[in-house]
Amino acid sequence: MNTNVLNKLKILAESAKYDVSCASSGVSRSYKKGGIGDTSGWGICHSFTEDGRCISLLKIMLTNNCIYDCAYCINRRSNDLPRATFSVNELVNLTIEFYRRNYIEGLFLSSGVVRNPDYTMERLVKVIKDLRSIHRFNGYIHMKSIPGASQELVKEAGFYADRLSVNIEIPNEKSLQQLAPEKDFKSILEPMQYIQQGVLQSAEERKKYRYAPRFAPAGQSTQMIIGATTDTDKDILQLSSAFYQKPTMKRVYYSGYIPVNEYDKRLPMLKQPPLIRENRLYQADWLLRFYSFKVDEIVNDTFPDLDLEIDPKLSWALRHPEYFPIDINRADYEMLLRVPGIGIKSAKLIIVSRRHGNLGTYQLKKIGIIMKKAQYFITCRELPPKTIHEMSPNFIKNLFISKPKSNPRNLQLNIPFDSAE
Amino acid sequence: MTIFIYDKTFEGLLTCIFDAYFKKSFPDSLLSEKDSLPLFYDELITIYTDNEKSSRVWICLQHKLSQLALSCLAACWLSELPNIDIVMFRYIHKVIDAKQSIELNFGDPDVLEISKIGRKVGQEKGRIIQFLRFQKTIDGIYFAAIEPLYNVLSLVIEHLKRRFKDQKWLIYDMKRNYGYYYDLFEVKEITFDNLKDIQFISGLLNENIMDKDEKLFQQLWKEYFKATTIQERINPKLHRQNMPVRFWKYLIEKH
Repeated sequence: MNTNVLNKLKILAESAKYDVSCASSGVSRSYKKGGIGDTSGWGICHSFTEDGRCISLLKIMLTNNCIYDCAYCINRRSNDLPRATFSVNELVNLTIEFYRRNYIEGLFLSSGVVRNPDYTMERLVKVIKDLRSIHRFNGYIHMKSIPGASQELVKEAGFYADRLSVNIEIPNEKSLQQLAPEKDFKSILEPMQYIQQGVLQSAEERKKYRYAPRFAPAGQSTQMIIGATTDTDKDILQLSSAFYQKPTMKRVYYSGYIPVNEYDKRLPMLKQPPLIRENRLYQADWLLRFYSFKVDEIVNDTFPDLDLEIDPKLSWALRHPEYFPIDINRADYEMLLRVPGIGIKSAKLIIVSRRHGNLGTYQLKKIGIIMKKAQYFITCRELPPKTIHEMSPNFIKNLFISKPKSNPRNLQLNIPFDSAE
Repeated sequence: MTIFIYDKTFEGLLTCIFDAYFKKSFPDSLLSEKDSLPLFYDELITIYTDNEKSSRVWICLQHKLSQLALSCLAACWLSELPNIDIVMFRYIHKVIDAKQSIELNFGDPDVLEISKIGRKVGQEKGRIIQFLRFQKTIDGIYFAAIEPLYNVLSLVIEHLKRRFKDQKWLIYDMKRNYGYYYDLFEVKEITFDNLKDIQFISGLLNENIMDKDEKLFQQLWKEYFKATTIQERINPKLHRQNMPVRFWKYLIEKH
């Protein structure tokens, strides 16, 4: 451990930072004698970067050398940037020392592709194998599976890692071919298939033998870049929804495209990353996973893109006034979840509280419902004066579109300070 | 208006419940001996803490409430908020009087308040687990200081004991001046007599009592923290929201 490591850490952390995933949840592993640490089952964020993203895992690359030349990637081979490679020992040591100081929950290991996918994958597996079997590290390990790696290596990785992931990056094959000519959907979907097979097989074996090894117990995740291609939100969400149909896919992440390679003419020129669109996609993703929405309800041929000004749930409600207003004291849980301004927590609170007596607007407000939104879609003991039918959807929509704030700087007179003559 | 005077301990509060039922008079306000009395009141009763009475009340609550609600109630006490005792009193009163469990009746203001404060204390516990930073000392003890909003240090011990079983650690509440030390076998409560002597103004340990590699790892962590930020997405408001400023003093990466 010396300044050499410091430099490597800096280079390789910067190369890895565009990966969004940082979850450390979904698996609990208790402390074993002679080992280090445990995994708690719920994710713990130990720090937050200045862009507001959580740091839960030591997100790092083994190397940022890469044989590929993907247009959207900072580590593409034609980029002139400092390259570095960690030795297995350095990385293992760093992970353990950080973990002991309560800086991190575990390791997120990724890598550029060197020589060929199998060679790279082998080296990644070596790191996590060392961590698990030599140092008996019980913390969380998330490993990227390299596109095109063989089934045997994915199998081996699964027995050491908690979560495996393969990033699909671009939601349709044609655009992928354009931006990353060396990759295709097959090389990405195949490892996903291997992971799924591994998980299901291990689950089957554990039914028979209690101590059969677990395979990637926290499942798999993937990531898509938003705004680098012309794909609509419909394409993106339909793909996510298809992924969520698979038994092992836990999360799809969306990453607003940050122009890292501005010189590449295949990519759009963006003033700033599409952060609002990314946010709306995450909201829609939540609707798919927790609010029992179907993907066609959120985006379809008539509305292929999400409304950037209002959230997808409100926008669904405004398109479907026929479902509203609903009676808070009678409606079932699924319907409560569809009311804008009511989340999962407050829906559950409503369900358990209304057994004891009818709820009024005052109580709803106290429970934590955002009445500003919800009032147009519900009735309760006291009838609210205005529902969506009296008001018209368009009117309500206008209430929630934030008006641009006047910037005090614009009001200031622009006085040129010329040098005195 | 009836006033109870008690010693502001948890057992004292439970004794108040017992005596209130015994005397059939329920207080509108709970004060300690030091508090100044209001201008007008009808009755002033002094309650003497009695462990037998308090444990009888606690056993009654164990029958009436679920484990979750009980720990929520205990967590509320740890919040040390000024008026929490009277809210807890009213809550326990309602629980004992009700024929059915009322712990899920969030339409009731006291039940809602207790669950909200319980959640807040739980959140603070979570934050301590997140933002505790150990610094290795020269004698091999991992030391972490913190100033929690509520008195939640005792709640994180179990987590730390599970996770850092093979290292000696010491956590210290700088605000309330006590802490816990784990010596590989058991956890003991400790107090530093001379807190000022540690010279802990900056939040970092003095370099001459740091382990020889500690400085390097702190530097590595800081460098990692800086490198992993995406400059195009900087969002200080979100940053502060996720990681409140009151923790920064003891966070290595914010130094």
